[in-house]
Amino acid sequence: MSEKEIDSVTNVETTGHEWDGIKELNNPLPRWWVWVFYATIVFAIGYSIYYPAIPLIEGATKGVGGYSSRLELQQTMAEVEAGRADLLEEIRTTDVTEIQDNPELARFASAGGASAFKVYCSQCHGSGAQGAAGYPNLNDDDWLWGGSVDQIAYTIRHGVRYDEDMDTRYSEMPAFGEILPREEVLAVAHYVRSLSGLDHDGTAMETGTRVYMENCSACHGDNGLGNTDLGAPNLADALWLYGSSHQELVSQINNPKHGAMPAWGERLGDALVKQLAVYVHGLGGGE
Amino acid sequence: MTTVDQNGKAGGGLEQFDVEPVNRRDRQQPLYAARKKIHPKRAEGSFRRFKWLVMLITLGIYYVTPWIRWDRGEFAPDQAVLLDLYNRRFYFFWVEIWPQEFYYVAGLLLMAALGLFLVTSSVGRAWCGYTCPQTVWVDLFLVVERFIEGDRNKRIRLDKAPMSASKLAKRVSKHAIWLLIAVATGGAWIFYFADAPSLLMDVVTGTAPTVAYGTIAVLTFTTYSLGGLMREQVCTYMCPWPRIQAAMLDEHSLTVTYNAWRGEPRSRHQKREQAAGTVIGDCVDCNACVAVCPMGIDIRDGQQLECITCALCIDACDDIMQRLDRPKGLISYSTLASYDHNMRLAQLADGTVDPGRVHTPEGGIAPEVQHTTLRSILRPRTIIYFIIWSLIGVAMLVMLATRDRLELNVLHDRNPVSVTLSDGTVRNGYTVKILNMMPEKRTILLTIEDFPEGAMLMPLEKDEPRQAIFLDVDPDSLRAQKIFVIADPGGLEGQQTPFRFRVRDSAGSERAEYDAIFDNGGTQ
Repeated sequence: MSEKEIDSVTNVETTGHEWDGIKELNNPLPRWWVWVFYATIVFAIGYSIYYPAIPLIEGATKGVGGYSSRLELQQTMAEVEAGRADLLEEIRTTDVTEIQDNPELARFASAGGASAFKVYCSQCHGSGAQGAAGYPNLNDDDWLWGGSVDQIAYTIRHGVRYDEDMDTRYSEMPAFGEILPREEVLAVAHYVRSLSGLDHDGTAMETGTRVYMENCSACHGDNGLGNTDLGAPNLADALWLYGSSHQELVSQINNPKHGAMPAWGERLGDALVKQLAVYVHGLGGGE
Repeated sequence: MTTVDQNGKAGGGLEQFDVEPVNRRDRQQPLYAARKKIHPKRAEGSFRRFKWLVMLITLGIYYVTPWIRWDRGEFAPDQAVLLDLYNRRFYFFWVEIWPQEFYYVAGLLLMAALGLFLVTSSVGRAWCGYTCPQTVWVDLFLVVERFIEGDRNKRIRLDKAPMSASKLAKRVSKHAIWLLIAVATGGAWIFYFADAPSLLMDVVTGTAPTVAYGTIAVLTFTTYSLGGLMREQVCTYMCPWPRIQAAMLDEHSLTVTYNAWRGEPRSRHQKREQAAGTVIGDCVDCNACVAVCPMGIDIRDGQQLECITCALCIDACDDIMQRLDRPKGLISYSTLASYDHNMRLAQLADGTVDPGRVHTPEGGIAPEVQHTTLRSILRPRTIIYFIIWSLIGVAMLVMLATRDRLELNVLHDRNPVSVTLSDGTVRNGYTVKILNMMPEKRTILLTIEDFPEGAMLMPLEKDEPRQAIFLDVDPDSLRAQKIFVIADPGGLEGQQTPFRFRVRDSAGSERAEYDAIFDNGGTQ
């Protein structure tokens, strides 16, 4: 090693590097800093042995510690499941009508139902359960198939007009366009509008009343209040699934649209169906 | 005071200290040099006594506060000062602060900042010299060091001595006591965050939360290393305070000052010089001021960043002056203004100092000399600071005294905003949050105001809609209650109807209101 050169101005040794007459002083790093630097190297070696670190063609080295982020996720999820197990078991063994009597259980069920609703139900019923044309709003107090919590649970479990489930909710309104003359269809549509106080043609009442009583009252009731056993909508209230205009009513009488919903019982399991029922029931319209 | 061999003797049989100021200005150490150890000598005098008192009070406050009890009834903790992070509450004697009232802490911070301006502009770096935790703990650690290893000279000799059984014993016991103090420091800190007696039991039995042990460990480490090992380096290299405080001083601020106008020219050989007829000042260059300095500076170099104005050099110098039968105050608390005044008195036309001009023939201080008194504190600047400071304080007290202990927040459901019901009426959903900030259960009357059409309903309740509902709210907690408001849109105009929710304590007069909107529905 050659003689070290000492800078005459600062009395500090130089590195021997020189650029255009400017020499670089050799001020070493503080010792603690250097030691921290060495420590990080040692740490890095240990880290890359213990944890998955070095990328190879078929994936990274596994590491001796057996750590993987997937495994950690699984463990975390298992912990969450284990933490919920007690309450889920309690929901499974409790009748759906009695869940609301236990405030803690009801809160848990409602929260679980709310998150499941976003996943399985919101595609049709909307993220706020507000529904859409043809898809019922679950916030209101008008229920096609009944609004008590066990009726709601049944609907969720078996679906509506879902052929694969033997116990599904089922009904079908005939296409009256093929049965009744056009004038009678027009008249009965006016009559149906009159049931909820909407504008209608008074001269059609006589025909409309007769046609209604002969063809519609069996399912929709003499006063148009509907029948939840048959999924026959209430025609005397302010809520209309397929629209309330005369034209929309005529269309529905001529060639009725029927909503369908899958049966969720087998797919989601008993506990989740009950949670969904509690959540939907608690939206405000539950009976 | 014993005279030690290695020290020479000044005139008058005084001890002459062989000491070099470690942090002397013209001998600044290179950046990465190892620290030169400072061995501060024990000082005695009125400032030292005052500092003992301050140490007693500040340490007392720190260690005792968490153990003070304060009865708040059965629904709130009985610890006078408690930062309950888990429940997000802060208790300070009769004051309870919720997270949303954190602006009180902002007010305290404002007061602290202005207080800093006030203190610094009036009495200089008093915070550094007397109350800064670094200063207090270093003082405490020095007491231990002195008790075990002796005063300055003994410590220097011990440092130089080869390792022996007795040196090892001294070192071990010193560091052991330091560590004990450090543990106690960290240990006391955690009691501010939980019920002190039960936490102490948990800590001792090993059942306290990990974070408690972690906090003790961290604070033990910092106390031990900052107070025991790093000491003055914390102030000179790590702390931003000296830089900030120096910028806030002005020529009327009190600083520890070597009065060069009466001390210079200094001489170690007073009698010989006097006999030779040379003009000499009061300073006998005994270096007592340097020996006691915990910062390793020479105050005679003038104001410097390292000086924390602990005033121990004043004590040391006054002691020397008293024994020489000269007036005290060669080093004193003084303002730059009076220093300059006296310097002009003492200076000759050519700039040299003639101490004769500020002394009486008998050796006393001439009457023309300006003495700094505490009146220097009263100046427009400090008075303005004080007025602003007290205004903030008074404003906070008034706010504290008149603040609400009942609050109301309302969230309007957004999805869906409104629901049309089968009878044609419209329903809006709200989450009404009632904050009962009192440590007692309250029955709250919730009403809707300025909304003749609307009526409230609690979900799943089969009651008729009404305009007033009684709700029980647990002590010191928030009740979030879902409320439906139902109205017939036939009687409403436009798309929205403004109205108000109001809560009232059914037993008292306290109330709160929230402006809300009812969506009339229909257009969705």
